[in-house]
Amino acid sequence: MSTPRTSPEVCGMGHSMKRKEDPRFIRGKGNYVDDIQLPGMLHMDIVRSPYAHAKIKSINAERALKIPGVLAVITGETLAKYNLHWMPTLMSDTQMVLPTEKVMYQAQEVAAVIATDRYVAADGVEAVEVEYDPLPVVVDPFKALDPSAPILRTDKKDKKDNRIFHWQAGDREATDKAFAEADVVVAQDMYLPRIHVASIETCGCVADFDRVNGKLTVYMTTQAPHAVRTVFALVAGHVGLSEEKIRIISPDIGGGFGGKVPVYPGYVIAVAASVVIGKPVKWVEDRMENLQADSFARDYHIHAELAATKDGTMKALRIKTLADHGYADAAANPSKFPAGLFSICTGSYDLRNAFAEVDGVYTNKAPGGIAYRCSFRVTEAVHCIERITDVLAQQLKMDPAELRMKNFIPPEKFPYKSALGWEYDSGNYPAALRKAMDIAGYEALRKEQAEKRARGELMGIGISSFTEIVGAGPSKQFDILGLKMFDSCEIRVHPTGKAMARFGTKSQGQGHETTYAQIVAEELGIPAAHVQVEEGDTDTAPYGLGTYASRSTPTAGAAGAMAARKIREKAKKIAAHLLECSPDDLVWEPGKFTVKGAPSRSKTIQEIALAAYTNHPQGMEAGLEAVSYYDPPNLTFPFGSYIAVVDIDRGTGAVKVRRFVAVDDCGNIINPMIVDGQIHGGLAMGLAPALLEEISYDENGNITGGSFMDYLLPTAMETPSWETAKTVTPSPHHPFGAKGVGESATVGAPPAIANAVVDALSHVGVRHVDIPVTPEKVWRLLKEKGLAE
Amino acid sequence: MARHDIHLTVNGVAQDLQVESRLLLVHLLRENLRLTGTHIGCDTTHCGACTVLLDGEPVKSCTILAVQADGARIATVEGLEQNGKLHPVQEAFWEKHGLQCGYCTPGMLMTGCALLARNKDPTEPEIREAISGNLCRCTGYSNIVKAIQSAAERLRQQ
Repeated sequence: MSTPRTSPEVCGMGHSMKRKEDPRFIRGKGNYVDDIQLPGMLHMDIVRSPYAHAKIKSINAERALKIPGVLAVITGETLAKYNLHWMPTLMSDTQMVLPTEKVMYQAQEVAAVIATDRYVAADGVEAVEVEYDPLPVVVDPFKALDPSAPILRTDKKDKKDNRIFHWQAGDREATDKAFAEADVVVAQDMYLPRIHVASIETCGCVADFDRVNGKLTVYMTTQAPHAVRTVFALVAGHVGLSEEKIRIISPDIGGGFGGKVPVYPGYVIAVAASVVIGKPVKWVEDRMENLQADSFARDYHIHAELAATKDGTMKALRIKTLADHGYADAAANPSKFPAGLFSICTGSYDLRNAFAEVDGVYTNKAPGGIAYRCSFRVTEAVHCIERITDVLAQQLKMDPAELRMKNFIPPEKFPYKSALGWEYDSGNYPAALRKAMDIAGYEALRKEQAEKRARGELMGIGISSFTEIVGAGPSKQFDILGLKMFDSCEIRVHPTGKAMARFGTKSQGQGHETTYAQIVAEELGIPAAHVQVEEGDTDTAPYGLGTYASRSTPTAGAAGAMAARKIREKAKKIAAHLLECSPDDLVWEPGKFTVKGAPSRSKTIQEIALAAYTNHPQGMEAGLEAVSYYDPPNLTFPFGSYIAVVDIDRGTGAVKVRRFVAVDDCGNIINPMIVDGQIHGGLAMGLAPALLEEISYDENGNITGGSFMDYLLPTAMETPSWETAKTVTPSPHHPFGAKGVGESATVGAPPAIANAVVDALSHVGVRHVDIPVTPEKVWRLLKEKGLAE
Repeated sequence: MARHDIHLTVNGVAQDLQVESRLLLVHLLRENLRLTGTHIGCDTTHCGACTVLLDGEPVKSCTILAVQADGARIATVEGLEQNGKLHPVQEAFWEKHGLQCGYCTPGMLMTGCALLARNKDPTEPEIREAISGNLCRCTGYSNIVKAIQSAAERLRQQ
């Protein structure tokens, strides 16, 4: 948006309004799950498995129960009495709540201790004695598919191997033919390691079952409260939990990034404990539990091939991937997409032939496959295409920017149907890359690099020109456990012209209380300061699928605009009644209706709101409110071009990101300040897996990156001062032309950094390096190439 | 478990308390005194969400026993606003969009206050180093750095 249409007082779209949620956060008055204290509340702590795969011989709670304050020890046997020891995952797989026979990964929940105090609960955990009989461990997903591998899911009667699913997209034959005919073919193995979102607030809940009314209230760190309510009702209906008596409250959430979409065993055990004991039960995991047992992201072993002509015209893409899901497919993808939206892997390029396949595999690791601040496997797809593009550029001795420019989908081809079936809504890829190159001073950087190289210094420039696919999604394709992925908004305009707007999503820091208010302000002319936004309480908010996959603005934001437009239609009729004219004679400008040709005759939205309750036309219903359940016609396709500049220390192998230029295009912008903040945060979460983060396992299935000592989050020292800019290509199908933006940078940044590191070392024949590009990995490369100092 | 009588001042208010030997300062603040603005993010001294000032110095309250704070002056985020007026650091974080989910924010604010108490005009590298013990997953740090620079300017003008 260039110039805002509304005044700073109204603060509609395009204004950098200061956030409405901040006054409580800067005073320490946020209300997070662990801040909730209820009378008589008990505490829960969890006994976890030290083994990656073992039979449970016995669980002895005797010593624990002797500790004053320990009230109960819950095991799989306890839950089995209620048939609650297993639960479905969001991918219609099954997962243990607590085991009755064997454990399947290190840190798996084995038993839960309920006590009067959190310290006593921890004492109880120490005192529970569990005897295990270790079983053979499957760590390597490739070996998991070997016919000699032990079958892990013995609970599934017909399961004869460790394969979870096979997924494929594209025309294999046509792609193979294009490869056979190509001048140049490049191939590259790449591994996108297992990582964890590690929001600074861990997961937890307070489950409060009221025995008198039969009502269950759960304060819960969840990004999708409504879906959780329905899942609870479906899974625990047989023990008397009925959906109208389940209330999920998602209070302030300390970061989500996809990690707070799944339902973890801890939540279910706390609910069961509260139902059985009749008192509120609080469970808050610690950081190591969070990193070791909550759903991980990525873990994709990719083999990518790209075919092209001699002059660098891309002809075909072929990808084969093995996805390690741990012991259960606990991804949070739309039901019909076991590999998420990986089929966006043709990226920003006009590739007419493509074939991609993914096989999901069970191993003895924590279950998952969720997103790490991205829309369902989009980061994996983007990393793959952006890395293999650079491999091709190196093979052809072409500048990577030139190769990209040559192959971009031309702006005039939008809407564009991709080879793997998506209809890209809008884009102007050359403009974004040109802008990034101008800001970075690309030509000067190349000159600097050549000079440094001559002096023996290692500097690299990396480009990533990504296309995302966000805002799931159209109900004909998108559902989670059958629940269609629409989203919702309900607006009530009060008699004094102020409004309440409730949404089916749930902010975890994105600033919905501000941006949603600005959408309503834009559409109705009611100042954003007078629009109270609420979400996260299933008793009051309309049903929606929640906030993840950059879907809030594309779906719920759109619902906000549509509900406001319904209100505006009614307001028009009321205004016509008040002005004694035909509705057709009225013109709208933000905040008022005016009679055509009579500028002095007008009614403001505030006057109309008052009339809706005090002087509404006969035959019309009183009040001024509307609900919209918005089913998007398509997804939105944000894009951008990023340029990273890195320096490599030849003594230590350390990679320093000296500059990072990010040009993003998310269509029309609601709040430029908040969009920039989303980009900044996404960039840091893109730098993180590129340089630092990995959860790895030893051959016995022991986690070797399960604490903040080993799993390194970027600090202010590793992150550069981000250089951001925008191009604006509105989405043609979204009500106000916006696209999702919260995850673009997480998706786009890792290949820019990886490409920069390879670029710094390309002159000595380095063609690829897997992320995270740690000092050790780089130092070994330098040593191998004779560059280490 | 042995219990100890301790006396400390929290945000200027004297507190006489009896605590278990093992009670952490962060739990004393959050649960005994219900000052829930100080958050827990890792309980292993890495994330800094629990940062408070102990006799003016930033400390991670998940790694200090309540008994170690006996006799000390503790300042938490709840004490920053005085007589209905926000502290310049609070104002600057709001103005510069230095927070998103708000979870690391109290720790960042306290670390920022401690830095500006000892250095009226810190450089960007000095700010980055000062907050390097405080993890933020949302903001990418740039706006936090800008907020602390802006707060420094506001404080110098006071």
